[in-house]
Amino acid sequence: MTAQALDGPVRTALADLLLAMADDEFVLGFWDSEWTGIAPILEEDVAIASLAQDEIGHAQALYQLLAELEGGDPDELAFGRRPEEYRHAQLLDHPRTDWAFSVARRFLYDTADAARLDALGASAYTPLAGVVAKMRREETYHLLHMHAWLERLATGGQEPRARLVAALERLWPDALCVLAGVEGDDLLVEAGVLAESLAAVRRRWLAGLTPELERLGLPAPPAAPPAGCRGPDRSDDFRWLWEQFTMVRRSDPEAVW
Amino acid sequence: MRTLDETQVWEALAEVPDPEIPVVSVVDLGLVHAVELDGDRLRVELLPTFVGCPALELIRRSVAERLAGMAPQVEVEMTFAVPWTSDRITAEGRRKLRESGFAPPGPAAGGDRDSRPLFATIAVWPQVTCPWCGSPDTAMENAFGPTLCRAIYWCNRCRQPFEQFKAV
Repeated sequence: MTAQALDGPVRTALADLLLAMADDEFVLGFWDSEWTGIAPILEEDVAIASLAQDEIGHAQALYQLLAELEGGDPDELAFGRRPEEYRHAQLLDHPRTDWAFSVARRFLYDTADAARLDALGASAYTPLAGVVAKMRREETYHLLHMHAWLERLATGGQEPRARLVAALERLWPDALCVLAGVEGDDLLVEAGVLAESLAAVRRRWLAGLTPELERLGLPAPPAAPPAGCRGPDRSDDFRWLWEQFTMVRRSDPEAVW
Repeated sequence: MRTLDETQVWEALAEVPDPEIPVVSVVDLGLVHAVELDGDRLRVELLPTFVGCPALELIRRSVAERLAGMAPQVEVEMTFAVPWTSDRITAEGRRKLRESGFAPPGPAAGGDRDSRPLFATIAVWPQVTCPWCGSPDTAMENAFGPTLCRAIYWCNRCRQPFEQFKAV
């Protein structure tokens, strides 16, 4: 299926989904990059820099898909919007905080994202299916890595465990935002772009996650996500990050690299 | 001008090195998805190894420069039409990697989550053979290395670190 074959409402819903996914990966990549040079051990410094680079790469591919669908320039989408125009999940409004907090957030995000990508692997919108096939292979490494960290902190003594539990309790409500429904996701399911509604993806994610959290004695998810899951209200922390990642471009928007 | 045939294009492509691991060419790595010759037009499609690989544009440009002049119109593009996987690295490519101290990747089935449980740990990853001494007694130090496509290992027998081209 090509962009021309999509009717108006389906196209709008797909554009919303692509923007949400691209912004998720983009903002997470920039938070991760905040660890470069100061990760807890040298090996992790290398790893988190690679994770950040992967996420920015995924965002670039998704912004490119969006630009092909709706017109526009991927760089302009990435760097040319005001903070309130970003559509990332509220989970990514938090600052990097301490290492346990970053691990908790990444683990929640990576597992939710894996469930979302599972529902797009056979998408009837073939340009998206192609990008997703690549992303899933790379995200497997992220999942394994963050799961290893989750287990290490959960079983690594009193302080790491206490910090991890506090982070999960703080982040859980906002983590549910990653898979909060978007307007028109039923149309995407009907058109075969998405295999199941985001509500169904969320149920599948939580069903897969719960036994593992129980095994490690970690906090379970709350019943429902907060309101206003993907903006337009944004935290001061995200506004600070936005200042950082748009700084060079704002200094000379017309510059050619 | 002699009529261009596909074999000549593939021979030219085999001379374009990977910018990050220059011992292997874009053909050794299986990056070439399609070569199309249609009258004056030569079109080559390449597959990105990693979505966020910063060398993609460099690879595309190197290929375009090598092919320039072979046909009146040369187009080189990246495509996600099929996913590049490390299974596409040729036998020749694997030999060259090993000779320069890189362990070639194992089967990429391990890189696709469909084939493994969501929460498998690093301990279950397939054993990698040391490219220096051939010993299977190795341990992964880091699934992430100096570039997106490389992991870092340690050989317990010859006590040397080495890199592996990741299975994805």
